[in-house]
Amino acid sequence: MNIGAHRGPLIRARQVSVRLGQRNVLEEVDLEVHAGEIVTLVGLNGAGKSTLVRTLLGIIQPDVGTVERMPDLRIGYSPQRLRRDPILPITVRRFLTIGARFGEERLAAVLEEVGASTILNHPMAEISGGELHRVLLAKALLRKPNLLVLDEPLAGVDIASQSELYSLISKFRERYGCGILLVSHDLHLVMTGTDRVVCLNRHVCCSGPPRTIARDPAFSMLFGPHVSEWLAVYPHSHDHRHDTMEDPAPPIGREHSR
Amino acid sequence: MEDFFLRALIGGMGITLATGPIGCFVVWLRVAYFGTALAHTVLLGVALGYLLRIEPVVAVLITCFLFAGCLALLERRAPVSLDTLLGVLAHLSLAGGLVALAFMENVRVDLIGYLFGDILSIGIVDLWLIAGTVAITLAAISWQWQNLLAITIDSDLAAAEGIPVERVRLLLIFLLAAVIAIGMKMVGMLLVVALVIIPAAAARRFSSTPETMGMVAIAIGAVSVGLGLMSSLTWNLPAGPAIVLVASLFFLAGLSAPVRRVFRS
Repeated sequence: MNIGAHRGPLIRARQVSVRLGQRNVLEEVDLEVHAGEIVTLVGLNGAGKSTLVRTLLGIIQPDVGTVERMPDLRIGYSPQRLRRDPILPITVRRFLTIGARFGEERLAAVLEEVGASTILNHPMAEISGGELHRVLLAKALLRKPNLLVLDEPLAGVDIASQSELYSLISKFRERYGCGILLVSHDLHLVMTGTDRVVCLNRHVCCSGPPRTIARDPAFSMLFGPHVSEWLAVYPHSHDHRHDTMEDPAPPIGREHSR
Repeated sequence: MEDFFLRALIGGMGITLATGPIGCFVVWLRVAYFGTALAHTVLLGVALGYLLRIEPVVAVLITCFLFAGCLALLERRAPVSLDTLLGVLAHLSLAGGLVALAFMENVRVDLIGYLFGDILSIGIVDLWLIAGTVAITLAAISWQWQNLLAITIDSDLAAAEGIPVERVRLLLIFLLAAVIAIGMKMVGMLLVVALVIIPAAAARRFSSTPETMGMVAIAIGAVSVGLGLMSSLTWNLPAGPAIVLVASLFFLAGLSAPVRRVFRS
């Protein structure tokens, strides 16, 4: 672990409120991410997830409250979207190396890790949405971060690659000992590997380990009883390999229910 | 070759050293209309220059900055899109400039000169001014090149990586304003943005990296100035518009050329 003797969270938002125009986007939000922890931020559209991320990154200043960062915090950030315009002639390689110094070997190793080695010399404007997410992950990893902030890293990625990418992200924590803050819509994938779920609806409406959160009344208020019931029961179907009992039929098909 | 023609050639080609790379950022960031709006403040700047008795170019720079400041302030409050706001502010400045100049009874301004430029009247002092602006622009751009590229790709990503996004953006606005202030002398406020964006837009088809695109834009700009001036001399065309027409021909030619791929195996 490169976090060394530091104790306490890598990053901590305290009572953060953000107003954009006339609207209160965030109200008294508390959030912290520790080293080696995967925290997933869930919430419906317009819940303020991206605003919270931008506040944590220091792009937006909170109107009230504070954001504290560990000294020497290095954040690797993967944005939800990246505007790519063919008018700017850059390759994936160039994108990854802008303003950064590292050897060819490291670049190759990281690209290998995220499964994007073959597109190194492709133009940024021509790679697919799924490939873009891999490249953005690589860009974040190349900074040797102790905190990874990934905003919807699985959006627009097909189901098969989603689980592959997700298990890859889970591996980063073990390999680099970094904390991971994940923003996601994809509840079913994310819930299984997350240490803590923070459910945002302008304020933090509930937070805790996935199993607890799925039974939280505030969570089912937000996502509907159907979703929370399904999530509460879902992890069991994942354990069936170790189950000596008869495996109950999965409550709802994983893929088909989306 | 006549002296005035030589000065026009040197001055015009000199300016393209700055307009080439700046123009690339303007097209990459899709802020061509912002440039046009900035250029519309020129007359207001000229009026301010007479009022404060300062060099017109300096006054134009100041108004460009005031314009950018107003825009930033209003952008958050006005219930209209940025595009509409720019349209309002651009024409407000143009109208304001014309009215302000009309009010100054003792001042007789060569309006046509400011609107359409007069490259053949470039003097020795202008050449020094161009040389200074170009030197500052090129130095600043090469110093901040990586950061400029980073904010061009994604400003949030750049901010997360610790790049001072606002400062870099301010630098770019300053350089764009400077280029407009000196470029207006040559092709006038109505055409100066053409000189910024057309060579850059034309350069894309012949470039495979951001750096080559900047250089190609310079080359296309310089050749356009040369050919434009030459045709102006041969066929007695207005010089500024002739230059812009030649640059546009490069753009059109680029459209039919195959896209340069950036693959390397």
